[in-house]
Amino acid sequence: MDENKKLNFNPHDHVLVPKHTKISEEEKQKILQQYNVSLKQLPKILRLDPALQNIEVQKGDLIKIERKSPTTNKAVVYRVVV
Amino acid sequence: MSEDYVYKKIKSIIFSFMSPKNIKKMATAKIVTSELYDKEGYPVDGGLMDTRLGVIDPGFRCKICGGKLKECMGHFGYIELARPVIHINYVKKILDTLRCTCVTCGRILLDDEIAKKYREEIKEALAKETAELARLKVRKVIEMIKGIKKCPHCKEKQYSVKIEKPTTFTENDKRLSPIEVRARLERVPDEDIYLLGLVPEHARPEWMVLTILPIPPVTMRPSITLETGERSEDDLTHKLGDIVRINQRLFENINAGAPEIIIEDLWDLLQYHVTTYFDNDLAQVPPTRHRSGQPLKTLAERIKSKEGRFRHNLAGKRVNFSGRTVISPDPKIELEEVGVPLIVAMELTIPEKVNEWNIDWLKAFIKNGPHTYPGANYVITPDNKKKKITNETKEPILAELTPGYTVERHLLDGDISIFNRQPSLHRMSIMCHKVKVLPGKSFRLNPSVCTPYNADFDGDEMNIHIPQTEEARTEAEALMAVRSQFITPKSGYNIISAIQDSISGNYILTKESEYTKEEVAQLLISIGVEDLPTLKNRMNGKEIFSLLLPKDFSFIGTGKDGKSVVFRNGKLEEGIIDVNSIGVGTGDLLRNLHNYYGQEKAIEILNNIAKLGIAVLLKDGFSTGIADTDLPAETWQQVQDLLKKAEAKGFQLLDDFKNKEIEAFPGRTVQETVELRIMEALNKVRDQIGNLISDQIDETNHSIIMAKSGARGKILNVTMMSACVGQQALRGKRIEIGYRGRTLSLFKKGDLSPLARGFIARGYKQGLTPQEFFFGAMTGRDSLMDTALRTPKSGYLYRRLANALQDLKIEYDNTVRDANENIVQFKYGDDGIDVSRSHGGTINVKKIIKEVKGGIHG
Ligand SMILES: [Mg+2]
Ligand SMILES: [Zn+2]
Ligand SMILES: [Zn+2]
Repeated sequence: MDENKKLNFNPHDHVLVPKHTKISEEEKQKILQQYNVSLKQLPKILRLDPALQNIEVQKGDLIKIERKSPTTNKAVVYRVVV
Repeated sequence: MSEDYVYKKIKSIIFSFMSPKNIKKMATAKIVTSELYDKEGYPVDGGLMDTRLGVIDPGFRCKICGGKLKECMGHFGYIELARPVIHINYVKKILDTLRCTCVTCGRILLDDEIAKKYREEIKEALAKETAELARLKVRKVIEMIKGIKKCPHCKEKQYSVKIEKPTTFTENDKRLSPIEVRARLERVPDEDIYLLGLVPEHARPEWMVLTILPIPPVTMRPSITLETGERSEDDLTHKLGDIVRINQRLFENINAGAPEIIIEDLWDLLQYHVTTYFDNDLAQVPPTRHRSGQPLKTLAERIKSKEGRFRHNLAGKRVNFSGRTVISPDPKIELEEVGVPLIVAMELTIPEKVNEWNIDWLKAFIKNGPHTYPGANYVITPDNKKKKITNETKEPILAELTPGYTVERHLLDGDISIFNRQPSLHRMSIMCHKVKVLPGKSFRLNPSVCTPYNADFDGDEMNIHIPQTEEARTEAEALMAVRSQFITPKSGYNIISAIQDSISGNYILTKESEYTKEEVAQLLISIGVEDLPTLKNRMNGKEIFSLLLPKDFSFIGTGKDGKSVVFRNGKLEEGIIDVNSIGVGTGDLLRNLHNYYGQEKAIEILNNIAKLGIAVLLKDGFSTGIADTDLPAETWQQVQDLLKKAEAKGFQLLDDFKNKEIEAFPGRTVQETVELRIMEALNKVRDQIGNLISDQIDETNHSIIMAKSGARGKILNVTMMSACVGQQALRGKRIEIGYRGRTLSLFKKGDLSPLARGFIARGYKQGLTPQEFFFGAMTGRDSLMDTALRTPKSGYLYRRLANALQDLKIEYDNTVRDANENIVQFKYGDDGIDVSRSHGGTINVKKIIKEVKGGIHG
């Protein structure tokens, strides 16, 4: 997606778009420690991803995504903004 | 850590030409004669089999390193060519170089400035190790020079250089001899060489014209001794012999001042031999042949193609102590056994270390020798010498056998083997079985393990491997034993189970059979159950089946008929055993047994159950035939009525359509709606017939028993044989292709009646009309093509998926990570459930609570 283009609707209004939240620096360090990983070893999300358009994010931020899963009610995934 | 053991580490590899200097440096001998052996049969000094090039005969020692056969890897030699020859593989590069450089001054045909620019760019690309980019630039330079007719440096006029046939260069229709070519190449300055894609330190262009030829060590072209005692030399030796011979002739003629024509001829001949030495399969070059007319296998042939070094020897390795043959079923052998033919058992061996306790036992094998079972094929002495056991060597070996020797004895019952069927798509495709030596020529396996291997007996072949060390055997048994693969990790259901006859048998047994005490004893003994409890005078099938279960087993399952199957305290109290209890995936009973009594017990019980089923069938007799498709007259009449009604319904719908009385389904046209409703009516009638048959046909009909027990086939198959094959469909619709407006030329145009659109109203036994047969052939062909095209496609898809996911691993913190520890999933499957310990991927908490509280499970 073009950096300058803004969506004229909010993708989060759609039922199928999972909840994206930015995680505080403190929390981020805790998670990195919990999984014993560096940022590079986590899944990635593009800074320009439509789901992030109304969150202030920059490279290196950690995004928490909570989604429904066929096997469990709520599955949590962390993604690093790249 | 591991660094300490690294002797030498490869940092980089440079591919380059061999310079004459280099060839001489690595050579240990100069070859001057094409003679191989002298009159006594010893290798001639300076010949192609010179012992300075290594040794291939036992007893000889290498003159360079002193090593014996197998100790010395061999050393290169060289020959000095009387006249230079072109290296066939570099013809293209030589041509490019000649075309791009000046005839007189040797400089590249570019202005200094442009040349400099490109030189910098190419050097830069090389420094960054982007060879692809450098190659592109070189190509551009060569393209650019193509039209230049005058040297920008010395203003000399340039002529176009052409290549003729394999290795002849001409300029201005005048032949350039390799000497001239080489002289031209020598003149090109180092700096200009970069522009041609070569790095001068490693690859001077004149090295592409050979003045010296390396002779490979004899160890890479060993001669073989034929049965007649004659020596047969390797193809490469033959070829090198030709080269050396012609080369010597050329030398002599030049020294004797022979006429130029003779020298030229010899020179061309030398060129030919050197060319075919590199590659004997070139266009425009007649290949060198043996006297038998078969072409020689020279250097290029050794490397390329399917039989070449890469695909045959490096990518495709063969393994010892393995076998392959056709498989056939044997329900009488144990589930964990594999029947190995005697001739295979006498070829595959197990190394057994001699000690003071087993020496007498092992001597018996040696006494039997390799041709009597159970015998032994080889012994290995403590200093690692392998000795073949023959009638002559038998006595001395028996005499010298002491602890420390190893005897390679034949396979015995109970030995560990690894059994495999390709394609090995999941881990159950390779399992560990115990050997059972049997007569015959095929591997025998228990039908219960067909499912994990996906094997049938229509000619399938399977492979066996015999682990050779104690560690390998232990590992195989611990990790790959059949019993450890009872549950498949993809669903958590059992993959090893009773199949086919075993299911029919148990169904018949538990349905309504009754046997006398003697019959029961016979049944049980015949399947190997020997500790019999006190038997009642008359026992019903449920009681017999219960004898195989643990005394404290309680469980409630559901049968295929929807009724409960109740076990209480090891007794089958209610219900009939069918696929739902003992089949693949659905095998509720088996899974529960596995859960509560463990792998070993589960396998043992399954083994007994499967054998019991077959024993029952053997006792009472079980087969299927045309009589199974006979319908009672009354049923037949009802079937015909149903068919008539359905057909009438079809006509009715068509009439309604004509009269515009049909209401369209939402989103459909009226025409589509009619089609759908006709289809529905016709499909319904076949199901109704099926129900009719299932209800009214004799319960003891063997086809019906198979269908109802879930052993093989469905009621539908019986229906198709005995009453009605039903509507044939192409792409989800009734058949509508064929002629214009009709399916076959005997129908009227626009005929939409059931029979004109692929409805087969007859059964296979009754026979099909020609039209019906044709419709059947249409759908048959369609599904055949479909499977033939889909199987390889989905196979490849699966392979790609498996390769992409192969090193994913669940870590102790429940995350799924790849080989670099990158997180792929934060919790395995989002729920962290081990599927192989679940019930179809979920955990039934209610059931667990019930069990903990102490109720019946199920
Ligand atoms: Mg097959
Ligand atoms: Zn040597
Ligand atoms: Zn010039």
